[in-house]
Amino acid sequence: MPEVFSAILVQHEHNPTRLVQILRDVMAAVGELTPKNITAIALGLGLPRARVEGVACFYSFFETEPRGRYRVLFSDSATDRMAGSVQLRQRLLDAFDLKLGEVSRDNLVSIGTTSCTGLCDQGPALLVNGRAIARLTPARIGALSSLIRGGSPVEDWPENLFAIDVHIRRADLLLATPYLPGDLLQAALARGPQGCIDAVRQANLRGRGGAGFTTGQKWQACRDAPGEAHYVVCNADEGEPGTFKDRVLLSDYADQVFEGMTVAGYAIGARQGYLYLRGEYAFLQDHLQAMLQRRRRDHLLGSGILGVDGWDFDIQIHWGAGAYICGEESALIESMEGKRGIPRNRPPYPVTCGYLNQPTVVNNVETLVAAGFIVGQGPEWFGSRGTPRSAGTRLHSVAGDVERPGVYEYPWGVTVRQVLEDAGARLERTQAVQVGGPSGTLLGPSEFGRRIAFEDVPSAGAFMVFDDSRDMVEVIDNFAHFFAHESCGFCTPCRVGTTLIAQMTHHLVQGKGTRRDLKDLSKVALVMKAASHCGLGNTAGNPILQGLQKFRPAFDGKLASTEVLPSFDLDEALAAAREATGREDEDAHFFGEYCAEAANPASALAAHTSRAAPTALSARKSEVP
Amino acid sequence: MTAVAKKKLRVATVSLAGCFGCHMSILDIDERLIELLEHIEFDRSPLTDIKTCGPCDIGIVEGGLCNAENVHVLREFRQNCRILVAMGACAVGGGLPAQRNHLDIRDCLQTVYLTGMGVQRGFIPNDPELPLPLDKVHPLHDVVKIDYFLPGCPPSADAIWKFLTDLLAGRTPSLGHGLLHYD
Amino acid sequence: MSDKLPQPAGLPIFLLDGHEIPFQPGQTVMQAALEAGFYIPHLCFHEEFKPHGSCKVCTVKVNGRTVASCTTAAAADLDVESETSELRDLRKTLVQFLFTEGNHFCPSCEQSGNCKLQAVAYELDVLSAHFNPIFPDRPLDASHPDVLLDFNRCILCELCIRASSEVDGKDVFALAGRGITKHLIVNAESGRLADTKLAVNDKAMSVCPVGVIQRKRRGFAVPIGQRTYDQKPISEVTISRLQGHPIGHAEDQEGDGR
Repeated sequence: MPEVFSAILVQHEHNPTRLVQILRDVMAAVGELTPKNITAIALGLGLPRARVEGVACFYSFFETEPRGRYRVLFSDSATDRMAGSVQLRQRLLDAFDLKLGEVSRDNLVSIGTTSCTGLCDQGPALLVNGRAIARLTPARIGALSSLIRGGSPVEDWPENLFAIDVHIRRADLLLATPYLPGDLLQAALARGPQGCIDAVRQANLRGRGGAGFTTGQKWQACRDAPGEAHYVVCNADEGEPGTFKDRVLLSDYADQVFEGMTVAGYAIGARQGYLYLRGEYAFLQDHLQAMLQRRRRDHLLGSGILGVDGWDFDIQIHWGAGAYICGEESALIESMEGKRGIPRNRPPYPVTCGYLNQPTVVNNVETLVAAGFIVGQGPEWFGSRGTPRSAGTRLHSVAGDVERPGVYEYPWGVTVRQVLEDAGARLERTQAVQVGGPSGTLLGPSEFGRRIAFEDVPSAGAFMVFDDSRDMVEVIDNFAHFFAHESCGFCTPCRVGTTLIAQMTHHLVQGKGTRRDLKDLSKVALVMKAASHCGLGNTAGNPILQGLQKFRPAFDGKLASTEVLPSFDLDEALAAAREATGREDEDAHFFGEYCAEAANPASALAAHTSRAAPTALSARKSEVP
Repeated sequence: MTAVAKKKLRVATVSLAGCFGCHMSILDIDERLIELLEHIEFDRSPLTDIKTCGPCDIGIVEGGLCNAENVHVLREFRQNCRILVAMGACAVGGGLPAQRNHLDIRDCLQTVYLTGMGVQRGFIPNDPELPLPLDKVHPLHDVVKIDYFLPGCPPSADAIWKFLTDLLAGRTPSLGHGLLHYD
Repeated sequence: MSDKLPQPAGLPIFLLDGHEIPFQPGQTVMQAALEAGFYIPHLCFHEEFKPHGSCKVCTVKVNGRTVASCTTAAAADLDVESETSELRDLRKTLVQFLFTEGNHFCPSCEQSGNCKLQAVAYELDVLSAHFNPIFPDRPLDASHPDVLLDFNRCILCELCIRASSEVDGKDVFALAGRGITKHLIVNAESGRLADTKLAVNDKAMSVCPVGVIQRKRRGFAVPIGQRTYDQKPISEVTISRLQGHPIGHAEDQEGDGR
């Protein structure tokens, strides 16, 4: 086994539950997970080799195929595209004479795409060997290609290339309340564990990750569950396209995040917390580690917190590796245990049987910050904002066609119009807002008076704005491809349904869609909604169903004139044979002719029906294609 | 039956990328064919040797699409037939010919005509009379709208009889256990 | 497993399409239904293994919510709908999804007539895959002297994985990839079955609901007409096969229920 592997395995104590972290470190060390590497890791951990391979092939950032020494991945969120990412990508591809996904012949560079990198307020963005570069321009692409040709390690590239901005446009309870590290811990100590839970419960804090479960109830259930150990997990796998508010919290409010985790740990009786951080946010690593060190030094973390004997709690960072599904709490726990990120069957829920089968609280970053402040400031303080059913504030990641993209903290209940106005959207030209990301709610102008609250339009924190120059079918096609790429593949409806939907929206974008496609789109979306294993599949059809309902003319405008078109390009399908035979005659091609087809065969038959078959015309189709 | 002259339904059949096994199964209807012929008449079909499809009530297509000519003929059927039926495993799903879909058609042609065992002075036929193969074999519903599917390899004579008599009587064709088979 | 089952009269019940279904504590809706003689279509469920609920063909409505019946715990007074046109349509679409994503060449498949996917499709009156086939490239593995793997037919039910791991203790199979690229792999650096510890007597050899894992030199042994689902539909075959077998009683369960 190569020495570098041994060191990595020792560092992770040969612990199989650390597999995802080990694979990440091996990737960083040698750039690729070859079959031999996988065998070595499996041997070192005493795991079946196939299981290691299965995990390696699950996460996008683990490469099991050879890639370039520089791996460039363009963020492919709708807002990246709106900011010109496709053209910039092409510019870089042209610079190296490559096609998307190809590796250059000298193995220098490969260029591909990745799901939203959480830099929508400063897109287009990309990752090069895992490091984020934002605010791409033709000039920056030029600089990038020179650096790649120069061959120096990415670590040695100019720092300003990697600068990430923080845009906080509106601050309220969470972002504006004065705070000194340790404040919230003192308050927690004064309240006692049950008092903390009671405060959070009284404040009626609901999870900010999307599902909106009552946080106090979650903490109570976890505290009450028997177990050898209890765990707090901060879910910072911020993967919903268009969402970047947790990145801002972690870069500018990391103390509050860690303090919220420590309060949660105190409340439920945990001695260990984990920050599950998406791999895209690797640029936060040094900052967060330094912050953790400082907190340990200041007795805000580690053993004897605030000098209280027996108050032990520490936090470890667990890195994700490019898998949206790991934002689902039970998939996240599987990933933390070194497995493929497949959502578990529930019950049991993580609060009784979570990480390593122990009681575990998984909370969103913003939830933990809010919970910490509630313990510090009291439930009444929190209840001073929001609506009766949605207490407090919510951070919105506003991006797209607005003057001032960034993070806006509003009390729950703010109208969509208010956010649009504050962010500098041209209201009269705004045709749509996607609230809560692709899995959330698509709103048209007639709904801009609606309020963002659990009782009206719930939100997981994204707010994407589309003006009337945008093609909504292209936007929805982008969402469809996102879900197809991110489906874990466990259950049939989501695995196959997301792919079929992406195929059909692709047809539509190309102008090759048919009425049959529209019918099938709804059908597939409804099956996914009803039968999928987890929230990803349940919501992946939302853009389709809401798009067809609210933006039907955009879809109709894409339809081809005939009822059914070939599902593939007929002329292209002959290209290989033309090449092999050298033929170029007329019969070696299909030209753009379509067959005129009877619109309604059964009724057309009526005119010709004999007495022997008087009702053939009414024969219901056994199988309507 | 009254003496009023009935207008018979006009039926066309064809085998594309198939083996004519489904057509053999039609013949297997045996003496019931005579009863059937009281209600239908054949247009283009291997049974009539008519070469082009005229306006028909029902088109029955055996076989999938493996070359350009298959596509042209299928479109001719779709244009002329009010009801189009995909008959047999190949028409319904591509069938055995589609087992070549993971191969590159260029490699297939090269192996068969140039480099294969025993080939001498070979060349890949390039006569414009020959239809060019598609890169993949497709089921019919990949190219045109299909109104009914009749699976089986082949569908049995009883299945075909049940399907046609249901259709002629205006019932939704329903095969049920025993007649519904994919093999 | 006890020899004598308690009398149904003493058991709690739930309603399945209006029928009273008695159940043992720890049973799922599917297990109790099958034991009571009611068939719910399924593919990834196997009475000898802990249900995991991936195929979703067994989807039912419980008190109005759609759930997989194989992973939903039976509880007193549940109102379960199964044989409704809405659920039949949903199941039919799911089965069509499976035909669309794989390469299912029934006419040349050794498993035809004994294949659960095929039989469930018959049960649901599936006449075509409906969607445009994906035609994935899934090479065969004929490396093993006694066993052939034809991945074209795989429906990713994970039964071979579970059997090889839990019963055979060999971990011969696993899943790799994700989404539509998810696929079955074997436990060898070469990727070849011959380099694994699979043996013909392994449990993993006998659990595949379709025709992925084939014993060589045994294909087409049973003539058409006498195969498992030639005579009777899978609903009847399943119920009569399981008659008198307790399924998934609490005392049979191992593990933590995940």
